[in-house]
Amino acid sequence: MSKTPILEIKDLHATAGGKEILRGINLTVYPGEVHAIMGPNGSGKSTLAQVIAGRDLYGVTSGEVLYEGDDLLTLAPEERAQRGIFLAFQYPVEIPGVSNLYFLKAALNAIRKRKGEPEVDAMDFLSLVRRKMALMEMEESLLNRAVNAGFSGGEKKRNEIFQMAVLEPRLAVLDETDSGLDIDALKIVSNGVNTLRGPDRAIVVVTHYQRLLNHIVPDYVHVLAQGRIVKSGGKSLALELEESGYAGIEELAEAVR
Amino acid sequence: MMAAATSELQEIRRRAAESFETRGYPTKRDEEWKYTSVSAIAKAQFPAEAPSLTGNSLRTALEQHPGLIEEHLGRYASSEENAFVALNTAHFEDGAFLHVPRNTVVEEPVWIDYTAVPDRTTHPRNLIVVGANSQVRIVERYRGSGRYFTNAVTEIVAGENSVVEHVKLEEESAQSFHVATIQVHQARNSNFKSHNISFGGLLVRNDVNAVLSTGCEGTLNGLYLATGKQHIDNHTALDHAAPHAASHELYKGILDGISTGVFNGKIYVRKDAQKTDAKQTNKNLVLSPGATINTKPELQILADDVRCTHGATVGQLDEEALFYLRARGIGEIEARDLLIYAFARDVIERIGIPEIREYLEKALFERLVFSRQSSGGAL
Repeated sequence: MSKTPILEIKDLHATAGGKEILRGINLTVYPGEVHAIMGPNGSGKSTLAQVIAGRDLYGVTSGEVLYEGDDLLTLAPEERAQRGIFLAFQYPVEIPGVSNLYFLKAALNAIRKRKGEPEVDAMDFLSLVRRKMALMEMEESLLNRAVNAGFSGGEKKRNEIFQMAVLEPRLAVLDETDSGLDIDALKIVSNGVNTLRGPDRAIVVVTHYQRLLNHIVPDYVHVLAQGRIVKSGGKSLALELEESGYAGIEELAEAVR
Repeated sequence: MMAAATSELQEIRRRAAESFETRGYPTKRDEEWKYTSVSAIAKAQFPAEAPSLTGNSLRTALEQHPGLIEEHLGRYASSEENAFVALNTAHFEDGAFLHVPRNTVVEEPVWIDYTAVPDRTTHPRNLIVVGANSQVRIVERYRGSGRYFTNAVTEIVAGENSVVEHVKLEEESAQSFHVATIQVHQARNSNFKSHNISFGGLLVRNDVNAVLSTGCEGTLNGLYLATGKQHIDNHTALDHAAPHAASHELYKGILDGISTGVFNGKIYVRKDAQKTDAKQTNKNLVLSPGATINTKPELQILADDVRCTHGATVGQLDEEALFYLRARGIGEIEARDLLIYAFARDVIERIGIPEIREYLEKALFERLVFSRQSSGGAL
């Protein structure tokens, strides 16, 4: 392939609190692709997502991560976001006193500034936000509420995908966005994600459950266990896992140690 | 001394002077001054001078209708309990006087604006008397330049069924000393709100005390921002003297540099003050390892059918929230400012005067930027 990958992870090792969590991750994601990363609890899925977003809780001890061919690991979290990386948080943070609208506008303007574009016009912004809210079937009153404050679990997850829809990232990493969603919310969230799919973008879906992948159909499925990708395949791999569970995967992980 | 002072007032002032002479300045051995040393004030010995203010002069009012003033002045703020009140009562030369007659709604906020000059002591004395069924909003502001000492006392009488909102903006110079007492007497069914904002001053002490009668609602809110070597001490007291009164209290502090903060919140519920509903909250954001806060609730409850809650928190900026903002593209400095701002806004947005809210939001933002540029701190 002549295209530059959007994301290229090479032999990535990362620790948290002195413990090695990621133990040699290799992953290449090209534009237009949707990758699913599955695995049991504690396999390192969320750590991988947070390392990509730039969380400093995790120390990268070796390996590299390239974004559009550039070294990602030297960039601050805000620089990564400004360049088009979006992490949908597993546990979206409540920020009392900061309205959703203000927050989203500040985020959008930071990204526009990096691209050399002027600040978004107030009316344009409002109409953009209204359109995306309709897509996510969210009530407009949420805009003036504080970020995630008093939101239900489902509302928080929906709010993440709403933000993603407004910010239109080049690389979206969804960290267990499906956990705890009822089927209606799952469909809305999936629809929001699918709307973003396009030839120039890539999506990495981190999930514990196969269910989400019925709605966001991946091009590739990777199975993470004990900090390594132990198996990769097409979308059928997710179905296999659903049948057999993660028990066999743990054995596989032990075998490759 | 005021020429037109009547004999009864003269007697109150004489006793105040006597009280101060006997006791002198408080020391840290005094429980009420445990965390605040005023020796720098005692040492400075700035000569006293009449305060410079815009607002209706108390001195003039005393000449015009001494009876009304005599009825209230010096009757609420206690010289026996507070040495600085005694000092003010003995030596004040002027201040602001506001009288709102019964059944009157004052639409525009009333401003009382003080500007202090270097190397002087002033004892601003304010008296606000609000008649029954009336409504008024008052802004009391203190500013100045250089080193000086402001020792203010404000007595507020909220008449029966009145609605009174009071904002105190302490924006004194960085080298100044500022001590102030706000003493509020709430008549039956009155609603009083205090917003006590402290931004400036090297050494600041506020006492805000309200006595609530039957059916009253009393709100004491506060915001204090301290950086560098600033010391800001807020003592509040809500005295539930009668049944069926509700009080709400929210004080928030942001401390940076090697500043120190003190919050002491007293709630008294007297024996017959049944059905009291009192809620006190003090939250502190400590931005630097050198900054400290001493926070202490003091509840004295003598009635048995009451609801009283209190809580105090001391914390740093939420790292999770900071990362969340940055992960959306918002720069680290802007993200920190946004979180500090959001913390403080909680108090500011409770103020019922839109222009003051806007003013404070702007002032807060400027202080964040200024402090970062001058000291490398976030405040």
